[in-house]
Amino acid sequence: MPHDHHHDHDHTEPPSDLELRVKALESLLVEKGLVNPETLNRIIETYEHKVGPRNGAHVVAKAWTDPEFKQALMDDATEAVASLGYCGRQGEHLEVVENTNDTHNLVVCTLCSCYPWTVLGLPPAWYKSAPYRSRAVSDPRAVLKEFGTQLDEKSTIRTWDSTSEMRYLVLPQRPAGTENWSEQDLQQLVSRNSMIGVELARSPEQKGECDK
Amino acid sequence: MQDFPHQPQDDQGPVFNEPWEAQAFALVIALHEQGLFAWSEWATVLSEQIASAQAAGDPDLGNTYYQHWLAALETISKQKKLSNEDELMKRKSQWTAAYLNTPHGKPIELSSGETS
Repeated sequence: MPHDHHHDHDHTEPPSDLELRVKALESLLVEKGLVNPETLNRIIETYEHKVGPRNGAHVVAKAWTDPEFKQALMDDATEAVASLGYCGRQGEHLEVVENTNDTHNLVVCTLCSCYPWTVLGLPPAWYKSAPYRSRAVSDPRAVLKEFGTQLDEKSTIRTWDSTSEMRYLVLPQRPAGTENWSEQDLQQLVSRNSMIGVELARSPEQKGECDK
Repeated sequence: MQDFPHQPQDDQGPVFNEPWEAQAFALVIALHEQGLFAWSEWATVLSEQIASAQAAGDPDLGNTYYQHWLAALETISKQKKLSNEDELMKRKSQWTAAYLNTPHGKPIELSSGETS
């Protein structure tokens, strides 16, 4: 199981000045009881789907329809994704892992909540939860079942552990029955969860459903 | 949702490039919902911030919008005495120290940045 960490530093690089300013203000306002963290989460969740999963859906649908782009994506995802205008600003690398008939990929960050936010936006709350972070490694099949995802018993599940330097995006399998679909229509089948790997891409019948 | 002057958005609403932008956005909405300032007061502070940034040479193409948003949030928080410059500076250094004192990959706790 690929599980290679680069967590061998004895400190954490502080984030940008802007991020520190937000953290400073937010933590003070929360302490003073002027802002409720739950309220903040609710507001962010409302906007969450706007931050990015569509960027990822664009990447995936393009990979399904444009073999040259797909090759570039598998060779160097950071660069291929940047060519669509989605750039990481923390210098992190992106790797795309492709689902096949034999292998299903699942992304986690076991130690914190590293996430490919340039293509997926903000991580959902469950992604940051301790149970997901441990069970995605210890019992990925059970985790997938909880998301309603049944895989062939013979298929292998590979869990990819993100770090602040390396982020992963799952390339789900293109659903059957979409042979003549345009890239734009295909995008609607690519859910955020399918790019984390806890679900499959939607079937044409499920088009328009939302992530949990 | 009320009007956000010049906010980057597409046909379905606001667009964020980085998580801190969403965080700063949510703080303003939450404070407003708590009744700590009127939306018109916020719009005034934000517009002034954008105008002064433009006057200082920011081409303001949308990519710096949330920097203005954050600066305006700090300003209105001080105006309304929700916070002040001293404690903001102090808290920021505390967070910086917390990062530097925390082994890579471990959750960052503010207490790790407190000077003993």
